[in-house]
Amino acid sequence: MPPALELRGIDRRFGTVHANRAVNFAVARGSVHGLVGENGAGKSTLMNIAYGIHQPDAGTILVGGRPVVLTEPQAAIEAGIGMVHQHFRLVENFTVLENVILGAEGGTRLATGLAAARRTVDELAREYGLDVPLDLPVGELAVGVQQRVEILKALFRGAEILILDEPTAVLTPQETDALFRMLRRLREQGSAIILVTHKLREIMAVTDRVTVMRQGAVVANLSTSGTSPRELAEKMVGRPVLLDLAKAPAAPREPLLSVRNLEVLDARGVVRVRDLSFDVRAGEIVGIAGVSGNGQSELLEAIAGMRTPRRGTITLGKREVAASGLDARARRRLGLAHVPEDRLRSGVVGTYSAEDNRILGYQDRRPFQRAGILVRRAIRAACERTMVEHDVRPPLPQLRITMFSGGNQQKLVLAREIEADPAVLVVGQPTRGVDIGAIEFIHRRLIALRDAGKAVLVVSVELEEILALSDRILVMHAGGIVGELAPSDATEEKLGLLMAGLQPGGGE
Amino acid sequence: MLPRWASLAVLPAANLLVALLISAGIVRLIGESPWAALKLMLAGSVGTPDGIGYMLYYATNYVFTGLAVAVAYHAGLFNIGAEGQAYVGGLGVGLVALWLGNHSPWLVLPLACVAGAVFGAAWAFIPAWLQARRGSHIVITTIMFNFIASALMTYLLVNLLIKPDQQSPETREFGANAFMPPATAWLGRWGKGFATTPLNFAFILAVVASVGVWFFLWRTRWGYALRVAGENPRAAVYAGIAPDRVIIGAMLISGALAGSLGLNELLGAQHRILLDFPAGAGFVGIAVCLMGRNHPVGIFLAALLFGALAQGGSQLSFDMPKVNRDMVVVIQGLVILLCGALDQVFARPLAWILGRGRERPGN
Repeated sequence: MPPALELRGIDRRFGTVHANRAVNFAVARGSVHGLVGENGAGKSTLMNIAYGIHQPDAGTILVGGRPVVLTEPQAAIEAGIGMVHQHFRLVENFTVLENVILGAEGGTRLATGLAAARRTVDELAREYGLDVPLDLPVGELAVGVQQRVEILKALFRGAEILILDEPTAVLTPQETDALFRMLRRLREQGSAIILVTHKLREIMAVTDRVTVMRQGAVVANLSTSGTSPRELAEKMVGRPVLLDLAKAPAAPREPLLSVRNLEVLDARGVVRVRDLSFDVRAGEIVGIAGVSGNGQSELLEAIAGMRTPRRGTITLGKREVAASGLDARARRRLGLAHVPEDRLRSGVVGTYSAEDNRILGYQDRRPFQRAGILVRRAIRAACERTMVEHDVRPPLPQLRITMFSGGNQQKLVLAREIEADPAVLVVGQPTRGVDIGAIEFIHRRLIALRDAGKAVLVVSVELEEILALSDRILVMHAGGIVGELAPSDATEEKLGLLMAGLQPGGGE
Repeated sequence: MLPRWASLAVLPAANLLVALLISAGIVRLIGESPWAALKLMLAGSVGTPDGIGYMLYYATNYVFTGLAVAVAYHAGLFNIGAEGQAYVGGLGVGLVALWLGNHSPWLVLPLACVAGAVFGAAWAFIPAWLQARRGSHIVITTIMFNFIASALMTYLLVNLLIKPDQQSPETREFGANAFMPPATAWLGRWGKGFATTPLNFAFILAVVASVGVWFFLWRTRWGYALRVAGENPRAAVYAGIAPDRVIIGAMLISGALAGSLGLNELLGAQHRILLDFPAGAGFVGIAVCLMGRNHPVGIFLAALLFGALAQGGSQLSFDMPKVNRDMVVVIQGLVILLCGALDQVFARPLAWILGRGRERPGN
């Protein structure tokens, strides 16, 4: 039987970037096929070609053995290809049913379309075990359920080939398990599923085969049962990688960052952090785990001085900084450094060069300025030195920051904050959108900082990262800390339950 | 994505060309020869020393207002109020000139510069404060402040500042020591050709202001902070840059630049305060700023172009009776429309011609 979807000799350039080099890729009916690779390896381009968003310069696409030309996503949908994007494409104030038929209403009268759709959707949901409340607005549903709506949407349009782009980034471990059960069910029904991810654990857990891409080309096509995470990581990076961090036990001293009874509202006035207290001591890394959107962003912003808390205190060293209303600049002077979780939105100015971003937040310091006038030579020299010491590639201070890969941007931001020699470093999502090689580097830097007696706070939705880095783990749920664990007795299961708001080994 | 040189040079040139082609069509429609009209415009603006003098004099006004719009723009603010700020700034310039016009020029001219800047900045401060502290949208408030400035100045000129025993609402002439030195005074031999034009020392001040704005924006930490706040307000908060202070600071500088228009128009040319002397230069400044890509060099070049249009246009309406003053406004309007509002229309075709039309990778 021919493969459900086959991409033959796909080649695609964007200007000078060779995004896909003669890529061959095939996924069989009734299988889950993993696609892994670092950022910029060409996974997204390949999947966008399969979904008709981009057109290849050369190569053919075959669906069920027949060549097709996919000029737009609509053509891909008609060929039976569905895609679930990392960021959902749902209308929050529409009901599930309305979202499912959006774009496939079937006629002018909405009522008839809805009635017909309800029967089909009910049937699909039963067949695949997709439990969703059809008449609730999507905005009221948990993220994991919203994702089911996306899958349902694709199935409703007759998708037999399903592409999932980083589907677990927003899920708790338990929701991830539920998703994987669903994928196995779809596989039994004969669907072909492509799972694009950078989490090797998930590849091992759910796929039948796995394709590894590097620098636009396929470097391996393996049977999952015959490979290991280490082998996959090495193929992705192109050199041996250390997956485990060697780390001496922490020797914590006095607290350098103390948060007490903090309450923070978001822009809409909703309480996102409630009555939160914790300390970070010199010489330790405290990790805050939690599903994205449980108040971590607001907590980070409150500590950094980007958002004024409604109640509570934040103490840096000996100074209280929140109730006394010190801004980000004043807090930097007191020894706080901050790597924001959303690098491109807050941490850098996208239109600026690397060197102009090198001084962001420190533009009023010597030697970058004297009497208010920027000292260009000193700025360039500092940026050049940073790039060498922190392995930022390419080492070109005048290159626009957005021309660097995510990993190199993050290395530059982290380096900027570390080189200010802070007493306290607060890091949000240290390795979001960062490739494996850089992850290793960034983690080492954070541990070195701890060993130098700094207080480090890491907020991350990646459990592996929290487990690898932290000396103490706090779990955040619905704006509060629901548990504290030592890494030695923190299992993914325990953490997962806490993250979902449940107490392990008991009820609510 | 266009390469830098194409975005800076080819695109504005293409926009200008299309604007001129449409204008040519209109001139043809009303029965005149477009070719002859173009020749007249060129001859009237850059063809003679006289024309050049007028062109540079108009350009001086546009440089001041263009820079004013640019400084606000870099802070993420669209200052539509340069017209009103220039008007009120001129009041400051004029008051100093009326008051001290018979004292030494070394006293009155610097003081007039300061007064123009302070009055213009003060007029910009109110919308700035409303934006920073009350969230009132600066586009709306600055537009309204143009009308308020107009009403205020009419009241002052008609009721208080008017020269006694005179119908026309304008002040008496300034003392001769309050005149900006004309081109003949500082250009020596070269200035002779400009003797009959209002070109004056304010042109040099405009050049200095251009360099100053460039230095401020790209070479000082305050300029850096201002641009960060304009490019990415979240990053500004992250970096400890207070957005409300940037808003107020940027608008004060913007107003001060616009307020300097009076140095050229009043001290250099009219030698009195009169009704509506900015004559739309504040609005032309928006187009100049857009066409000049918010950069002092571009603004200077765009100001020259609009200066040439203003001067060439009046020459044209003088020599071609069918092409009246309103027609000239239409032509200027087309240039503004294509170079300002529609300036990205040809970006795609141009990118395609240059073989860069493929979309970028990523999401």
